[in-house]
Amino acid sequence: MVTSGELFGEFVEKVREGKPAALATVIEGPGATGARMLLDRSGILGGTLGDEALDRSVRERTAALLREGASEVFEAGPVRVFIEVHLPPPRLVIVGAVHIAITLGRLAREMGFRVVVSDARGRFATPERFPDVDELILGWPSEVLPQLQLDEFSYVVVITHDAKLDNPALVAALRSPAPYVGALGSKRTHARRMKALREAGLSDEEIGRIHAPIGLEIGARTPQEIALATMAEIVAVRNGAWAADGAGGPR
Amino acid sequence: MNDILPTLEAWKAAGEEIALATVVRTVGSSPRPVGAKMAVTASEKMVGSVSGGCVEGAVSEAALEVLKTRAPKLLKFGVADEEAWAVGLSCGGTIEVFVEPLEW
Repeated sequence: MVTSGELFGEFVEKVREGKPAALATVIEGPGATGARMLLDRSGILGGTLGDEALDRSVRERTAALLREGASEVFEAGPVRVFIEVHLPPPRLVIVGAVHIAITLGRLAREMGFRVVVSDARGRFATPERFPDVDELILGWPSEVLPQLQLDEFSYVVVITHDAKLDNPALVAALRSPAPYVGALGSKRTHARRMKALREAGLSDEEIGRIHAPIGLEIGARTPQEIALATMAEIVAVRNGAWAADGAGGPR
Repeated sequence: MNDILPTLEAWKAAGEEIALATVVRTVGSSPRPVGAKMAVTASEKMVGSVSGGCVEGAVSEAALEVLKTRAPKLLKFGVADEEAWAVGLSCGGTIEVFVEPLEW
């Protein structure tokens, strides 16, 4: 049988790897406290709280908590169970090491995001321009994006100003579970882009996921202002403050 | 948790006996969120915090006791609580802290 300490060790390992996980611990009740169960989105990974029915109800509650990213004390009669939920930090992937990316990367780090910047052009993607991003990757979007394993904690901003680089990045991002995909460009550029993406085999629904022109409408003109508008839009999406009816714009 | 992990691992490697304290519930204003952790060794080393400093003293004493008894303990501190006044919970609100021996 796995011990409570071993389950804690496995939980720590998941947290370190940036994987969603939950650790349930009996903190009060008529029986022994300290009993543990480790869970993730697939269900119970190990351990028991000492009672099958309790394990089951905690598993159900944990599934919801893993979606919300919240920890809580779960009460089942006289028994209280602390369910500690850990979700990986959100990640901002910026394709295009352009001027907007410099400010956007800084803002994102302030907001608690891990920041990845990628560009195929070596003169843009330099450590001098991006001293504090978490990862700076030199390479073609069609090769880099699949390596990044975009998941539901990934937010993607495509701003190379070059359709040759933008479009493959958008194809990869739109086919991933990333909750946000934003692209720079005027309405006219976007119309051309939609045509190219349809030809690349994307559905209208997939293409409709693109936030373009990028960012909340705050009259942004400078790269810094566009970065701010974009970050605000990402925060709105992350907080669920975004109309999901296809009309666009914040609620 | 990430904040105290490197220290926890160093202690583990050094064979220290560790008690782990976790904030499991807060009501009202509280400087540290649910999940915040603090650890104490039998040799009385400390890392992390579970409040703005209001209850750390009481928690560390409970931690040393837990290391002796090997039985986990749930501590409740609140402004209406006599024990809280004794340790000076100036932050306001209520917090519950679970303290357990960590064998990992």
